[in-house]
Parts: sequence; C-alpha cells; structure tokens
Amino acid sequence: MELDAALLSRIQFAFTVSFHIIFPSITIGLATLIAIWEGLWLKTANPVYLQLAKFWIKPFAITFGMGVVSGIVLSYEFGTNFSEFSRITGAVLGPLMAYEVLTAFFLEAGFLGIMLFGWQRVGPKLHFFATLVVAIGTWISAFWIIAANSWMQTPAGHIIVDGVFQVDNWWQVIFNPSMPYRFSHMLLAAFITACFVVLATSAWQLLHTQHKSMARKGVSMTLWLALLLTPLQAFVGDLHGLNVKEHQPVKLAAMEGIWAERETGVPLLLFAIPDKTAEKNHFEIGIPKLASLILTHDIDGELAGLKAVPADERPNVALVFFSFRIMVGIGLLMILVALIGAWLRWRGTLYKSRWFLTVCSYLAPTGVIAVLAGWYVVEIGRQPWLVYGLVRTMDVVSPLPAERVLFSLTLFVATYSLLFGVYLYFMRKLIRKGPPPLAYLHQQLVGVKAAGYAVALAKQLNPSKEQH
Amino acid sequence: MELQFGLPLFYFLLLGFAILMYVLLDGFDLGIGILYPWFNTDAEHDHLMRSISHVWDGNETWLVFGGVILFGAFPLAYASIASLFYLPIMLMLIGLIFRGVAFEYRFKSTTSKQWWNRAFAIGSSLAAFCQGLMLGVLVQGTDNNTLMMSSLQWLSPFSVFTGIAVMAGYALLACTYLTMKSRGAIQQKAARYGQRLLLFVMLAMLLVSLWTLWAQPEIRQRWFGGSYALGLFLLPLSAILTARLLFRDLGRVQRQFAAEADINARHESRPFWLAASLFLLAFTGLVVGLFPYLLPRHLTFYQAAAPDNSLSFMLPGIIIFVPLILAYTLWGYHIFRGKIEDYEEGY
Ligand code: HDD
Ligand code: HEM
Ligand code: HEM
Repeated sequence: MELDAALLSRIQFAFTVSFHIIFPSITIGLATLIAIWEGLWLKTANPVYLQLAKFWIKPFAITFGMGVVSGIVLSYEFGTNFSEFSRITGAVLGPLMAYEVLTAFFLEAGFLGIMLFGWQRVGPKLHFFATLVVAIGTWISAFWIIAANSWMQTPAGHIIVDGVFQVDNWWQVIFNPSMPYRFSHMLLAAFITACFVVLATSAWQLLHTQHKSMARKGVSMTLWLALLLTPLQAFVGDLHGLNVKEHQPVKLAAMEGIWAERETGVPLLLFAIPDKTAEKNHFEIGIPKLASLILTHDIDGELAGLKAVPADERPNVALVFFSFRIMVGIGLLMILVALIGAWLRWRGTLYKSRWFLTVCSYLAPTGVIAVLAGWYVVEIGRQPWLVYGLVRTMDVVSPLPAERVLFSLTLFVATYSLLFGVYLYFMRKLIRKGPPPLAYLHQQLVGVKAAGYAVALAKQLNPSKEQH
Repeated sequence: MELQFGLPLFYFLLLGFAILMYVLLDGFDLGIGILYPWFNTDAEHDHLMRSISHVWDGNETWLVFGGVILFGAFPLAYASIASLFYLPIMLMLIGLIFRGVAFEYRFKSTTSKQWWNRAFAIGSSLAAFCQGLMLGVLVQGTDNNTLMMSSLQWLSPFSVFTGIAVMAGYALLACTYLTMKSRGAIQQKAARYGQRLLLFVMLAMLLVSLWTLWAQPEIRQRWFGGSYALGLFLLPLSAILTARLLFRDLGRVQRQFAAEADINARHESRPFWLAASLFLLAFTGLVVGLFPYLLPRHLTFYQAAAPDNSLSFMLPGIIIFVPLILAYTLWGYHIFRGKIEDYEEGY
C-alpha cells in the first residue's frame, strides 16, 4: 500500500482516538472514586477520606483536561476525514452523539467548575453532589459513545435508502446485540484502570513517604475493589467473546488464530505467530481443545476460521491476535495481584510486604495498556469493515489531497507526543508533592462563605462528640 | 424560493442558537487569551486565567454541540463543510488543545510558566483566527459549482480580514467581561482597550457589509428588495446605537475611576451585555443574508436535512435538556459571581 490520503486518514484517526481513550479510562474511574471518598468523608468525618479526595482531584483535573481537548478533535474528525461515512451514517450516529453532548458533556463541564474551584463557594454536601454529577456524567458519556461504536460493530435497527442509513427502530440501534457487553466491559475496564493507578501510587507512597494513613487506605480500598472487579471483568469478557463468535466470526478467528475454514476441537493458543501469506501459524503453543470448550462449551465444538472468507475480508490477524493476548494476560495478572493482596491481608501482613507493594507500585500503566489492547482487538478485528458487513472503511474516506492529511497527522503526532510527556511530568510532580497536610486542609476549607464547612470542621476537630 | 417549515427549520434555528452561544461564551474566553500579551505581570496573567478557568470547558462544549447537531441533523452539510475546511479546522483544534491544557499546567508549573503563557495566547488567537477565516468563506460564498476539497479557496484576503475582525470581536467581549469581573488597574486597562477595539470592530462590520452588498447581488436583493427591507434596517441602526452606549459606558468606568468615585455596579456589568447584543445583531444580520443556506449557494438546510425520524428522535432530548443545561450553566455562573478574588481559590 502506498501512502495515500485514505491510509493517512486511518492512521490519524487511530492515533488520535488511541490518545483520547487513555484519559477517559482514567477519569471515569477516578471521578467515581473521588465521589466515593467525598461521600465517605461526609458520612464518617474521617479526614483521611478528604485527604484522598483532595490529593486525587489534581491528577484528575489534568487528566480530564487532556480528555476534553483530545475528544473535541474526534468529534470533528468524522467529518473532516471520513466525509462519506458521515454522510451515509449521520442520521444514525449523529443523534446518538447529540444525546451524548446533551446528557453528558454539558453535565460534566457544568459541574466540573464547581468540583474543582467551588470548595470555598458551596457547602460540602453540594460539593459532593457536584462531584457525583461529574462522575455520573462520565458514565453517561461512555454509554452513548459505546452505543454508537457498537452499532458500527453489530448494526441493527436500520434501513438503507439510496445508500444512506436511516433508522427504523431506535431501541434496536442503541441496544444493538454487542452493546450491553461492550458497555459493561468498558465501564469495568475504566474502574479497574483507575483502581490500579491509585493502587500503584498508594503502594509507592506507603513505601517511600510519610503519608502512611492515607496510603494505607488507598491500598486497602483499591485491593478490595480489584478483588471484586477483576474476576467480574474476566467473566464479562468471556460473555463478550461469545457474542463476538456469534456476530463477528472472522474477528473471533483472528483473536484465536484459527485458519482452517472449519475446525473442531480447537486448541487455546497461548502463543503463535500468525502468517497471513502462508495462511497458518508458526510456533504454536496451545492447550488442546480448550478454545472449543470455552467458546462452544463442548470439547469437540466447531469454530469458523479465517479461510471461511476471502483474504480481502480478513483483518490484520497478527495485531488482533497479540492485542488479545496482551489484554487477557494483563487481566489474569490483575486477578492474581488481587488474590495475593487478599491473602496477605488475611495473614495481616499486607502493609508490611515490601515486595508486594513494590510490585503493585509498577502496575500503574497496566490498565491503560489493557484498554488500548482491547480496543485494538475490537477495531482492527472488524476491518475491512467500518459498519460491519455493510460499509468498507476504504470506500468512505474524504477525497483529500494526501499532503494535507500528512500535514495534520504530523501536527498531531508532534503535539500529542509533547503533551503526553508534559502530562507524565506533571502527574509525577503532583504525586511526588503528596497530599495537602491535614492542618492545611482545615485552613483551606474555612472559605469566605463556607458556613457548612465550619460546622463540618468543628466536628472533625472534635471527634469525641461523635462517639457515643 | 419556497420556504420549508417544520423540523429542518427548527434544527436550522437550533444550530444558529448553538453557534451564537458558542461565539458569545467561548468568545469572551478566547478573547482573554487574545488580550493576554497586552497584560504584563504574572499577577495580571494569574487574574486573567482565573477569571475563566472554571467556565472555559462548559463554553467550549457549545462548539461540540454545534458540531454534533450539524452531524445529526444535516449529515450532508457536516460532511461537506468539515472536509472542505480541513486545514482551518485542524489548526483551530490544535489551537484549542494548547490553550485548553494551558489552564491545567500553568498553575502547576514553576519553570515552564512562560511556555504555558505562550501556549494560551497563541492557541486562543489561532483558534479565533481560524473561526473568522471560515466565517469569511461562508459570507463570501464559493464561486464554482462543485465543491473542491483540494482547493485552497478558504484562504483569501477577505477571509484573512474576517479572521482578524473576529479576533478583535472576541477581544472586545473579553474586555467587557473583565470590566465586570475585575477591579482597579486591570479593569481600567480593559475598558480602555475595549473602546479602541469597539471602533475597529464597527469599522470591520461596516466594511464587510458594504463589500457583501457590492459583490453579492443576491444579498443586495434581499436587503433592498422586499417589502420587509425597511424592517431589516432596524438591525444596523440598533447596532450603531448599541455601540454608542457601549462606548459611553466604557468611558464612564474610566472617568469614575479617575475621579475616585465609587463605580456604579450597573455600569460595570452593562458593557458585557451591550457587547453581547452587538454580537447578536451582527449574527442576525448574517443569517438574514445567508438564509436558507448552510453552505452558501450550494446547500440549503432542507437539502441537507436528515430523515424526519432522526430529527424527531433528538427532539425530546433537546426540549428537555437544553433548558436544563441553560439553567445549571446559569447557576454555575451565579456561584462564581462577583469579582475574581486575588487569593488562590480552588482545588
Ligand atoms: C468509554 C468512554 C469513552 C470513549 C470510548 C470515548 N470517549 Fe470521549 N470522553 C469520554 C469518554 C469516552 C469522557 C469520560 O466523557 C471524557 C473524558 C474526559 C472528559 O473530559 O470527558 C470525554 C471527552 C470527550 C469530548 C469533550 C467533551 C467536553 O467538551 O467536555 C469529546 C468531544 C469526546 N470525548 C468525543 C469522543 C468521540 C468522538 C469518541 C469516539 C470516537 C470518544 N469521545 C470516545
Ligand atoms: C476509544 C477507544 C477506541 C480506540 C482505541 C479505537 C481504535 C481504533 C483503531 C486502532 C482504528 C484503526 C483500525 C484500522 O484502520 O485498522 C480505529 C478505526 C475506527 N474507529 Fe475506533 N477506536 C475507539 C473507539 C471508537 C469509537 C467509540 C468510535 C465511534 C463511535 C470509533 C470509530 C472508528 C472509526 C470511524 C474508524 C475508522 C477509521 C479507521 O479505520 O482507521 N472508534 N479505531
Ligand atoms: C481477563 C479476561 C478478559 C477477557 C476474556 C476479555 C475479553 C474481551 C473481548 C472478547 C473483547 C473484544 C470484543 C469485540 O471484539 O467486540 C474485549 C474488548 C475489550 N477489553 Fe477485554 N477482556 C478481558 C480483560 C480485560 C481487562 C482487564 C481490560 C482493561 C482493564 C479490558 C479492556 C477491554 C476493552 C477497553 C475492550 C474494548 C471495548 C469493549 O469491547 O468493551 N479487558 N475484551
């Protein structure tokens, strides 16, 4: 393939959307955690919760900011780079995204100002409410955009008139066959990602800083959450896989590395190097018959392979195959960490196991890597289709001059590389700086107009009153 | 010309509303970025940033809203306009990225503060300039009958001029916003710059109007032809009147300060509303000229409209959520009412 505008547009979209998703997958979970901490603080008046909330709100703010600016790019990129696609699917996807803006983006933006800057302007209850609304806004936003994406994966509820998509049944469009799985898998992924970011940071703080009480709370809470969420994620992922088998058999074949047109007793490949010219795998290491068992609940179950469709309808097998293994591998690693954590806790040595805390402190990026890998499975696995089985990606790209796309792509690569470095630098700086000391928190909270805070403070400074 | 009412018209008006909201709201905060280099000290820059750091995200969301309404209600127009304006849109987005992250990083930086100042000022100016550029092309109209994505027709002396004019307009809005939100030296500076910018903006509006009437017979016909033409002339008339009031109010703020008299609170906030009205009038004039085109001489809103099914699906959402959004946005501004405090507020 030569470097034409179509290919450049695809690279640009893949690059910008990959950059974007890094930030939502952190903010969705982090907003929720901050809301939980604020709620717990209101309920128990334990200042450690407030400290956690106040500490994490800064990393949250810069992550959110990155999410916003990179998201705005995407909402225009459909039109700039995929004009034909926008024209024929606009009547279906446009309204879904309009609902996303109406019900989520305005909500997030409207209450974010109060969440970040309103500490001295509103009472603690109202502040908690603002935080909660921001968190719920991020979930709603995920709901709509995942509905849009899932419709492109498993289209339903539409009719095609003169080559243009129209909607026949909105319910079927939104709750299309893969939507419930993708939405729950993605939300769980976001919670897990944030959990591991907080876990890693807290473990590091426990090892290297003086903020022990806060760090202990952080480790403890996120490990409980991980223990609950990671096995659930594997379970949902399994259901998701069954759904792929039903609706996108070619993608499944790529994920599992199955070539033969039909194969029974398929092994679960742990490793292999798929070769698309020879149409087979090299260096296979697998567990016999396990894939059949997992996917058909029958040891000798039959699965369709890549050769069932012509070569030009197959995705890039190697990318899908490896991405899938990275995601599942990280998922299993996370389950293992959660289990070891539970065991150490039961033994009563959780906060003393330096080796375990050290391992945890390196896990911060795992969630994001798994999220990216998961999306690569989904998006690369469905190629060459954009709307599965109906619209080919290469047919709907804007007829732009290649230099122009190359120019914008270069700009994005330069800008985003720079900004990503800056983001990591400031994240590190904020984490090293540590939480505001409790004494300062108290002082800061007594804002000009914060009658509510004064009361909450008095309670905190005088906790004996609470204990009867 | 046959008028089509019903849903497409509703969405056409909604789109106009979204654009107007965007221009007014992001207008004043992009304007702060444009004015930024004219303020010197760190304290002034802090003040400027702080005056909008809690609202810029919500303001920018109107841009996203405009984009998706275009996408959902007029897919054909979204597809053609977005790819036609490929480069200005991309540059605008890059500008918005830099100014957006500057809010987060500037307050947390020590050594790199200068760079974030530049990112904020240049990003805001670039975004505003690109918007003006696109506006210019829409007013000017594309002359050939086929839309050529490969052409560079968005770059002409006229569109460069409108680009600069829009920058000045946004800076004017920002001056009036600062008159309302700050005190002392910053307020005085804002009021002074505001007067000069106002003169330039009025001149630009005059030139653009005359040029359009001269170069575009269809628009001339609309302004001078019909029986409603007399009514239309209320628009420029009110614009001139509004500008006069605005100029006087900005002057009053300065004189009262010089006389060390207490500045009347009404005089401090009225310039903002007057400037907003000026924008409203200019915008209405623009729509009068362009109606019913989304892309002048090529695409009307009813040609581009999505099927009724899609339009009516969005309707309940719009009827319920737009008022709600306006309500909580207003509430948000209310919470942060009054002057910007100079102590560090926030998270
Ligand atoms: C699962 C979640 C998810 C996914 C798959 C996407 N986004 Fe996103 N997006 C969010 C979750 C999110 C969010 C959590 O709501 C963000 C992140 C941080 C933020 O500010 O809001 C956001 C921000 C955000 C914004 C800025 C909103 C604002 O102005 O406040 C826009 C315009 C988009 N996104 C658009 C898109 C598009 C066009 C996508 C697909 C191609 C996309 N997002 C994928
Ligand atoms: C946010 C997480 C996402 C990631 C990481 C992601 C990743 C990718 C990647 C890597 C491609 C390129 C595939 C290829 O060309 O081989 C792609 C294509 C595409 N995706 Fe996604 N995607 C995400 C979400 C979405 C969503 C939510 C939508 C739509 C609502 C979407 C719409 C598209 C479109 C239109 C293309 C076609 C362009 C192309 O083929 O490059 N994506 N995506
Ligand atoms: C541990 C076992 C896991 C299994 C069996 C699993 C299974 C799957 C499958 C089958 C898909 C592709 C669906 C499609 O192509 O339509 C997928 C996608 C995805 N996975 Fe996983 N997954 C697992 C763990 C994880 C973990 C730990 C994360 C992140 C923290 C994650 C994040 C994602 C994301 C973001 C996507 C793309 C969006 C979506 O389809 O929801 N997965 N997963």
